[in-house]
Amino acid sequence: MRAWRLYLSVAASGFRRYATYRVATAAGVFTNTVFGFILAFTFLALWTERPHLGGYDRAQALTFVWTGQALLAAAALIGGGFQEELQERIRTGDVAVDLYRPFDLQLWWLAADLGRAAFHLLGRGLAPLAVGALFFPLALPLSPLAWLAFLGSVALGTVTGFALRYLFALTAFWLLDGTGVSMLSTLLSMFFSGMLLPLNVFPGEFGALVRELPWAATMQVPADVLLGRYAGAGGLLRAFGFQTAWALVLLGAGRLLQAAATRKVVVQGG
Amino acid sequence: MARPCSESSVLPAETYGARAWSGLRAYGHIVAMWVRSTMAYRTSFLMLAAGAFAGSVLDFVAILIMFSHVRVLGGFSLPEVALLYGTSSTSLGLADLLLGSFDRIGARVRDGTMDTMLVRPVPVLAQVAADKFALRRLGRIAQSVLVLGWGVYAAHVDWSPGRQALLAVTVLAGGAIFGSLFVLGGAFQFWAQDAAEVQNSFTYGGGTLLEYPPTVFAKELVRGATFVVPLAFVNWLPVLRLLGRDDPLGLPGWVDFAGPAVAVLCCALAGLAWRAGLRAYRSTGS
Repeated sequence: MRAWRLYLSVAASGFRRYATYRVATAAGVFTNTVFGFILAFTFLALWTERPHLGGYDRAQALTFVWTGQALLAAAALIGGGFQEELQERIRTGDVAVDLYRPFDLQLWWLAADLGRAAFHLLGRGLAPLAVGALFFPLALPLSPLAWLAFLGSVALGTVTGFALRYLFALTAFWLLDGTGVSMLSTLLSMFFSGMLLPLNVFPGEFGALVRELPWAATMQVPADVLLGRYAGAGGLLRAFGFQTAWALVLLGAGRLLQAAATRKVVVQGG
Repeated sequence: MARPCSESSVLPAETYGARAWSGLRAYGHIVAMWVRSTMAYRTSFLMLAAGAFAGSVLDFVAILIMFSHVRVLGGFSLPEVALLYGTSSTSLGLADLLLGSFDRIGARVRDGTMDTMLVRPVPVLAQVAADKFALRRLGRIAQSVLVLGWGVYAAHVDWSPGRQALLAVTVLAGGAIFGSLFVLGGAFQFWAQDAAEVQNSFTYGGGTLLEYPPTVFAKELVRGATFVVPLAFVNWLPVLRLLGRDDPLGLPGWVDFAGPAVAVLCCALAGLAWRAGLRAYRSTGS
């Protein structure tokens, strides 16, 4: 019980920490909105040429763009958040202090990252989506339940994204310099989350494969939940099941890797 | 706080030249230092350069996937879009390689390391430009040049010497326009320290915008990218001329060749903004 209160307060401080930088948040909103406009027009051109591409109509394709921009910061689709910080703590050896503390390393960072994500969803997600809805005909649902399902899917996607980035960050125990790994992690996330192009537009076998990868859980699935493509309780169960399965598998892998790292690796610094 | 620019404003013209020359030399020295330090970890450098290359490849793969569904986008074929992509991405890559650290100024102002730069006997602009020079960005340029090369080969353009020259000048002038945007963004951070991300909209966002034909975008957006932020001069106008197409705003023909002049104007403006920004700098005192 007390442990939960600890992680809750860690999450709350994660939220407050990012809420402190208001100018940075406004700058981020501006940038997300500009990119939203650019992508929206390219998608419009594509869907004008090929209506119903990937099963989306034009309004749905536009909604996909703006949902992507709204989730960009929250789901840390192009990196950011805790990853560099944890890598730096591993590189300098500060992580040794963290490991001594009476809490779980993975859960601590997860709680902090969820707090950050909650702020980014509100602070950097709402405004671009609103601007998008103002300038383009979007296919946003009216039912509050659909939005609730979307929020649930975003939360699960954020946990999956965290679990992925945690795995990448832990490689710093062996590699020390995390720059290359961060770059790789961002690349994979950008391409396979659907941020550049919806995954259901990817052709053939390759498309079928990328839709089963964990990155799909971070953006493609939440966007499709919002678009009502997982209709009914059965559909939602499928979406949530997919996300939860990847989240659990990756969090488990993170724990194994963490155990291996703390057993075998001599901590840097001194 | 020290104001290294203030005394130079009364110097005669030849001293400006000497100052620029010494700045360039200092830039060269700092860059050489960063390259040496990068090469100390050769494997790491090769991996990062390969990563930068792969990253831009994925960027273009997204466009290829688009074209696997359509023959034209906004009326432009894949080789034509490759020409736009190649010019935009190469210009941005050059600016990013040569001046890629201007987004760190806000952080430097915050943590007080800007002061260190002010006390060194080297123009601050040169120091910031060369700071953390990242040779790995050659990876991105390499990919862009490959796409550009393919576009040149595959697009139906009769490459007369004049057209070749226009293409080469366009890439360089485009790099200068993007470079001035980096410097402007840097100057802006002296006032709005945390707002470093705003400049990404114009640099990286601009780069993405220019990868696609202007016919894709709303007229207002194209107007804004021509008259407010002169991105259209980076590649849209000259490449449309090379492809023998009319520009959607119906501007007079000579503007297609105005890229270098616009670049010079942008650089001058960026230089003024930079000086104003540096003068407005207040140390955090830490």
